[in-house]
Amino acid sequence: MIRTVFDNVLRFLVLTLVQVFVLNNVQLSGYINPYLYILFILLLPFETPRSLLLVFAFIQGLTIDLFVQTPGMHAAACVMMAYLRPYVIGTISSRREYEPGIQPSIQDLGLTWFISYAGILTLAHHAVLFFAEVFHFGEFLITIQRVIYSTIITLLLVVVSQYIFYRPPHSIISGKI
Amino acid sequence: MRNIFLFIWKNNFFFLFLLFEVFSFILIIQNNAYQKSAFINRTNDFFGSINGKINGIYDYFHLAETNRQLAEENARLHSNEIKSFNITDKKVYTLNDTVYKQEFNYIEAKVVNNSINRRKNYLTLNKGSKNGIKKDMGVISPQGVVGIVADVSPNYSTVMSVLNIDTKISAKLKTSGQIGSVAWNGTNYRKGKLNDMPTHVKLQQGDTIITSGFSAIFPEGINVGYVLDYKLKNSEIFYDIDIAFSVDFNKLSYVYVINNILKMEQLLLEKKTSND
Repeated sequence: MIRTVFDNVLRFLVLTLVQVFVLNNVQLSGYINPYLYILFILLLPFETPRSLLLVFAFIQGLTIDLFVQTPGMHAAACVMMAYLRPYVIGTISSRREYEPGIQPSIQDLGLTWFISYAGILTLAHHAVLFFAEVFHFGEFLITIQRVIYSTIITLLLVVVSQYIFYRPPHSIISGKI
Repeated sequence: MRNIFLFIWKNNFFFLFLLFEVFSFILIIQNNAYQKSAFINRTNDFFGSINGKINGIYDYFHLAETNRQLAEENARLHSNEIKSFNITDKKVYTLNDTVYKQEFNYIEAKVVNNSINRRKNYLTLNKGSKNGIKKDMGVISPQGVVGIVADVSPNYSTVMSVLNIDTKISAKLKTSGQIGSVAWNGTNYRKGKLNDMPTHVKLQQGDTIITSGFSAIFPEGINVGYVLDYKLKNSEIFYDIDIAFSVDFNKLSYVYVINNILKMEQLLLEKKTSND
């Protein structure tokens, strides 16, 4: 339990720093911006109470907001993502997911499950984020285009980062309760 | 009340989500200049359009008042029109030399009663002798000739409409200036007859018929109608001409009563001449 909390706090800090100091300066072809920090919300344990999920997501979003000085935008997107998370998990359920000690990760549940899980939530997050940014539905297609391209890049980073920070399944680090 | 709390508690996940989202959007709108202005613009559009619609509804209630004001305005403008003035003879040199002398003025009135389906139709106007209306004054609407004042009480007056088999209006063709008289045969309220038009006159369908100005009731040049159809009857010296009235008598609301200031003078002179 302590381990899990520590793990997640560490992930929160590292992802926030990486996002603020590295990824926010990455602008692919002008407007595609990867948002890797949502990995924190994706990797929160299954056992997290749903209301805590919202609180964590809100804190995470607001932290990013404070760095990039767009109060509310990332928070709104993250809260939406956290709200959808239980429903997405329920929809694409796998037999193993509620076994104790399982994390929502590639190592535990496989690449296909993880990509559909992360894909839907990333898309939701980016959609809310970009529409909150332009704040109108004119130029709808351009905004959708931005959402889709950024989702692809973010998803790529999320998956790659999972392989980079590889941990053997059911290791001590992955956090047993 | 307890049920509401129970409902919220049951759905605490959703309501917490809603709370966070609302809070986020408040932050967005409060702290980001662009979103703030966009939000204010959109909401202004929304409320502005609603206010516009409400105003549109209120305008209907003010239509009567607005109409009255416009009619007054028109009466004033008619009085200033050049048609209302009589050119004084320039050969007569008087001390207060003026080029134009007013001959007609206009009193606006509202039609309070009207009929079109009898053989002798009359209108009632809401102005009478108190407002300076006298018997035998002409009545016109913006579209053209309406009739002649038949009777006057202090506050009301009745008008013998053009749609009366006894009414005869002295009229002429706008193009050739040939004089005739317009009458109604008592059937269709949109159609009348133009009598006394000699057969040597060239006619065309659609020719405009205007008042002649001879009767001292109407000024010259007020619309009466236009030629619908014309026929030549054997051995007659006048055409049989169907005309359409320019005024839709079924839709009359505001009219002008014409006061010819110089009428008495003209009539007295004519009477004197014929007596001689």
